[in-house]
Amino acid sequence: MSEKDGIKILICQGTGGISMGAKDVEAAFVRHLAEKGVDAVIGKRCDIIKTGCRGLCANDVLVDIITPEQGRVTYDFVKPEEVEKIIDEHLVKKETIEKRKAKPYYNQFVNAQMRVVMTGCGQIDPESLNAYLEEDGFKAIEKCIRGMKPDEVIEEVKKSGLRGRGGGGFPTGTKWSFCKASPGNHKYLICNADEGDPGAFMDRSLLEGDPFCIIEGMMIAAYAIGCDFGYVYVRAEYPLAVQRLQHAIDICYEKNYLGKNIQGWGFDFDMRIKMGAGAFVCGEETALMASIEGFRGMSRPRPPFPAVRGLWGKPTNINNVETFANVRHIINRGADWYASLGTDTTKGTKIFAVTGKVKHTGLVEVPAGMKIREVIYDVCGGIANNRKFKAVQAGGPSGGCIPAEILDTPVDYDSLIKAGAMMGSGGLVVMDETTCMVDVSRFFLNFTRMESCGKCVPCRIGLKVMLDILERITEGRGEPSDIETLKDLGIAIKKSSLCGLGQTAPNPILSTINYFRDEYEAHINDKRCPSNCCKELLLWQVVVDKCVKCGACKKACPVDAIVWEKGEIAYLDKEKCTKCKSCYDACRFMAIE
Amino acid sequence: MSEAVEQREEEQTEEIDLEPANRVIDKFIDMPGNLMPVLQGVQDEYGYIPRIAADLIAERLNVYPSQIYGVLTFYAQFHLKPRGRFIIRVCVGTACHVQGATRIVETFYDKLGIGHAETTPDLRYTFEKVACLGACGMAPLAMVNDATYGSMTVQKVEEIINDYNQRPLKSGK
Repeated sequence: MSEKDGIKILICQGTGGISMGAKDVEAAFVRHLAEKGVDAVIGKRCDIIKTGCRGLCANDVLVDIITPEQGRVTYDFVKPEEVEKIIDEHLVKKETIEKRKAKPYYNQFVNAQMRVVMTGCGQIDPESLNAYLEEDGFKAIEKCIRGMKPDEVIEEVKKSGLRGRGGGGFPTGTKWSFCKASPGNHKYLICNADEGDPGAFMDRSLLEGDPFCIIEGMMIAAYAIGCDFGYVYVRAEYPLAVQRLQHAIDICYEKNYLGKNIQGWGFDFDMRIKMGAGAFVCGEETALMASIEGFRGMSRPRPPFPAVRGLWGKPTNINNVETFANVRHIINRGADWYASLGTDTTKGTKIFAVTGKVKHTGLVEVPAGMKIREVIYDVCGGIANNRKFKAVQAGGPSGGCIPAEILDTPVDYDSLIKAGAMMGSGGLVVMDETTCMVDVSRFFLNFTRMESCGKCVPCRIGLKVMLDILERITEGRGEPSDIETLKDLGIAIKKSSLCGLGQTAPNPILSTINYFRDEYEAHINDKRCPSNCCKELLLWQVVVDKCVKCGACKKACPVDAIVWEKGEIAYLDKEKCTKCKSCYDACRFMAIE
Repeated sequence: MSEAVEQREEEQTEEIDLEPANRVIDKFIDMPGNLMPVLQGVQDEYGYIPRIAADLIAERLNVYPSQIYGVLTFYAQFHLKPRGRFIIRVCVGTACHVQGATRIVETFYDKLGIGHAETTPDLRYTFEKVACLGACGMAPLAMVNDATYGSMTVQKVEEIINDYNQRPLKSGK
């Protein structure tokens, strides 16, 4: 996009932006620009562009203004009432408001990344086909159909080394070739956007921010494999993503980028959105297909693999949203370029959702193989509130924890598995010294137990038994033999469960036992929670030596259990205290324990 | 399963107009795998799936009522009872959990006097814990209908409830 021909105002309108009032900010820009006749005053056109998420949702509403004189300037935390001032000073007087500019961390956050898949997100209007076409949209599929045989496309994807971004890490090109090799004249393509992993939201951001690139990725796969119909299975919890994608599909039908004989290239492809209905297990491919067919989302044994017998008994290929988003770049820029990024076994870039107790939470795209330490400290600014790093949880309910000692682990499929975690869909939840690892395990297990489909016994009953034990431990009724029982159960469940949910559900427990056994022992033997988290084991008080008399705890307390006057050390009334931990989290000096 | 039985016992006495349900079925009747879209459409119309509508769907789509109840009770999204005017959802995903979602949930329980997936008797509020709304940057997170409230605190819970107590019970429709 040329930055010369006018002024562009980019307003972030992902789920994060909208909930922080992006629509009001946009309305304010429209109103003030019109009222002041700014276009005429400065003799240039001002375009307001609604973009998708640009990753730093915690600082929304983010507004970028691009002018020929000042270049690109980012304002963060923009409120509707500030819009008038921004227009007056920045656009009319051409003076950047230095005080309101995003602080240096923003550039650090952006520059430390390498954006390939997310180039469109936050830059282009996700509801405009023209904006996508300007960014070389649909060039990749055109290149495939006009100049490459389907086998050559598969070969190119194989050569690029792209592996499934949904978590399993199976080589994408190989998967495609299996489905292509299956006999049958009717084949299905499915895009898995059932992003159930709590703590990951890159698929949502891609669908909201650059829906056309998913459509193009699917078209390329369809051409290579020989599918004529595609489904996108989206979580029901993502209304905005569904709306944007549906809008994009409608435009594509209208402009003949979907349907029969697309653009006269002699290629047919239809697609449709299928909405999920709130079941984590539907991220598993056989359960997902059962759900599309209108049954309970229960998994079934494999083989036969979906590539042989999938949706409605036809050969089916399933890939994740992020995988499809990569495809277009591989075709456009070549497999060799793609393979030059990343490590020996993991090519390209990976998007991570870094959340939890880190300064700048958000979506981060980095080349595979970057060290976890760099992701957390260089890109995301380190740990919030001056606290000490404890661990990072990678891979959600199927993954494991990575403690401080091995923070230099590179983020690629194989290194993470070696460390006892997994890439998963790319959620990284950062935990500091106040997060209890036993409690976190209990949390994940509670989640997987609720979401177990109930078909096979190890998962349905085994997880429940493990959860009972963990609950006993966090309530101070643990027994010394519990740790070994948990380990035995965990290994048995991993080995005997039917699908990915059960096979990975014990991972969070096994990995925390491995790295943080001392915490389990403290809960069991000393009836004590070292991280001050499990509330049955705690009695809160103010540490007189550490209190700086700031009063932050009093403000945070919902039940007035803290007595504090200016210049006095706080006092916590244990009778009134409901152990909600608000004060503990509010105190920046660890003066409450 | 028990939910289905309960619903049968509490059989709705008031008349339910099946016209909207029929319209939804007409729209999807020829589509393969139409059970879920039909159920979703019917729920959009009524706010839940009335038993009489489920029977209608079974008959018109030619599936067993047991399969329909199997699907309805499997997916968290479907509801067999009328829901409140304001649906309060509190995210208890990983990021929200480590940022203290538990105390937000407990405060709502306390203030509303209802638990997870329950509705107040006046049909004003339904409360739900949900796993990840996908906006982890703003943890802990709560939603009331379509409005999102980020960086929740115990105090904000009270503000939200006070705010919604003032609003009319009838929707604008």
